[in-house]
Amino acid sequence: MIEIRDLHKYFGALHVLKGIDLEVQKGEVLSVIGASGSGKSTLLYCINGLEVIQQGSVAVDETDVHAKGTDINKLRQKLGMVFQQWNSFPHLTALENVALAPKIVKGKSRAEAREIAAKQLAHVGLGEKLDVYPSALSGGQQQRLAIARALAMEPEYMLFDEATSALDPELVGEVLDTMRLLAEEGMTMICVTHEMGFARDVSDRVAFFHQGVMEEIGPPEQIFGNAKSEHTRKFLANVR
Amino acid sequence: MEPTLTFFSGFGVNDLWFLGEAALRTMWISVLSISLGTVIGVLFGWLLYEGKLTAALTVAPVLDVFRSVPLIIQLVLFYNFAPIVGLNLDAFASGVVILTIYTAALVANVARGGIEAVDTSMRRAARSLGMTYWQDLRHVVLPIGGRAVFPAWVGVALGVMKDSALVSVLGYVELLKASQILITRTQEPFLILSVAGAFYFALSYPISRYAASLEKRWAQ
Ligand SMILES: Nc1ncnc2c1ncn2[C@@H]1O[C@H](COP(=O)(O)OP(=O)(O)OP(=O)(O)O)[C@@H](O)[C@H]1O
Ligand SMILES: [Mg+2]
Repeated sequence: MIEIRDLHKYFGALHVLKGIDLEVQKGEVLSVIGASGSGKSTLLYCINGLEVIQQGSVAVDETDVHAKGTDINKLRQKLGMVFQQWNSFPHLTALENVALAPKIVKGKSRAEAREIAAKQLAHVGLGEKLDVYPSALSGGQQQRLAIARALAMEPEYMLFDEATSALDPELVGEVLDTMRLLAEEGMTMICVTHEMGFARDVSDRVAFFHQGVMEEIGPPEQIFGNAKSEHTRKFLANVR
Repeated sequence: MEPTLTFFSGFGVNDLWFLGEAALRTMWISVLSISLGTVIGVLFGWLLYEGKLTAALTVAPVLDVFRSVPLIIQLVLFYNFAPIVGLNLDAFASGVVILTIYTAALVANVARGGIEAVDTSMRRAARSLGMTYWQDLRHVVLPIGGRAVFPAWVGVALGVMKDSALVSVLGYVELLKASQILITRTQEPFLILSVAGAFYFALSYPISRYAASLEKRWAQ
């Protein structure tokens, strides 16, 4: 379980997250929506410790992410993350991209790491592309490669930060399909997204962020059909 | 060589050997200085990138001095003043010290550029996989940033190799000094400088070719 309590995040004087309280249960798919600058990415970075926090706490399976004694590198193995930019390592083949972290972080043997990598690449539909360099892959394929790379660490949670925003429209579908597949397999997911269709169909709950505050959270039917907050309704009216 | 009666004698095969040997010395002093200078320069580049303020106030001005004062002045000053502080270095060692520092000063900027060439997002992706700071540096920043600035580094290396000719002013018999010796004896500057130039070319051409082929391979 991910437990966020009274989380405050500042960039200098800029108050970006203003007291977030949120729990995500094992197996849940949470979509996070909201306008640009509302703090959605920052929330994900605070969950896996890529950003420090100024107040409150984040706990993953009861381990405090921001506590001094926490082995953050160990904890991050539980938290796969996929970014807007796909960030493939350009000097490595698809297989090597995925095998790198299992090898150097988990200490797997070369053969083992490659086996895991091949399995995860097949999982995301890139089984034919093992020895291809990222430069020869489309954006959608590279984003699926990024998903396979995160999955190879056998995470218990996946954080998606607008995984489809940088893609050409015709490539969005294949990545969303992969995310759907993970959701069906029972992966716990927090998906920052602008894909309202995905948020509605796949999520168990949807959270709407507005200027650093979690304005509203609830099942998709509530958020999309019967939002309580004026801001939520306005936002959704504009994106549709 | 047979002693001859005439003071000036022609350019012979022995002299070619003499130049060849000197070319090896040029190569040796260059390889040594470039290797050491690169290691130190990468360290400085990392300091400049990471240490930001402190490094900017301490390392950066020192490197600026070594980058902007002409090498020949650095060499002569160091060679003549080092003994005063108790450092008795011969021409070769003095040359290596100064060329190394000079290389390091140039490589520091190249290395910092290399680190900056790697996207923050890329590094966050690496860290999000559980890599430590050092694993990210070693497995992500080094190969990606290194390739980005490799051409600049090759430029520095070839430049330092040519600049190693300046160590001749300290009396170290590398390619240029050897040529001067032969010119004094044979009075055939045109021929001898051409041969020396050919040696320099022979030293740098394979390196630039190899570098070009590496770049091509990386570009896929
Ligand atoms: N490293 C940083 N330094 C300073 N300010 C930052 C930094 N990262 C984000 N911010 C600011 O924090 C606020 C929230 O940013 P964040 O990226 O979390 O928003 P977002 O909801 O993900 O927006 P988007 O939909 O554009 O990705 C913005 O005002 C942004 O400019
Ligand atoms: Mg964002």
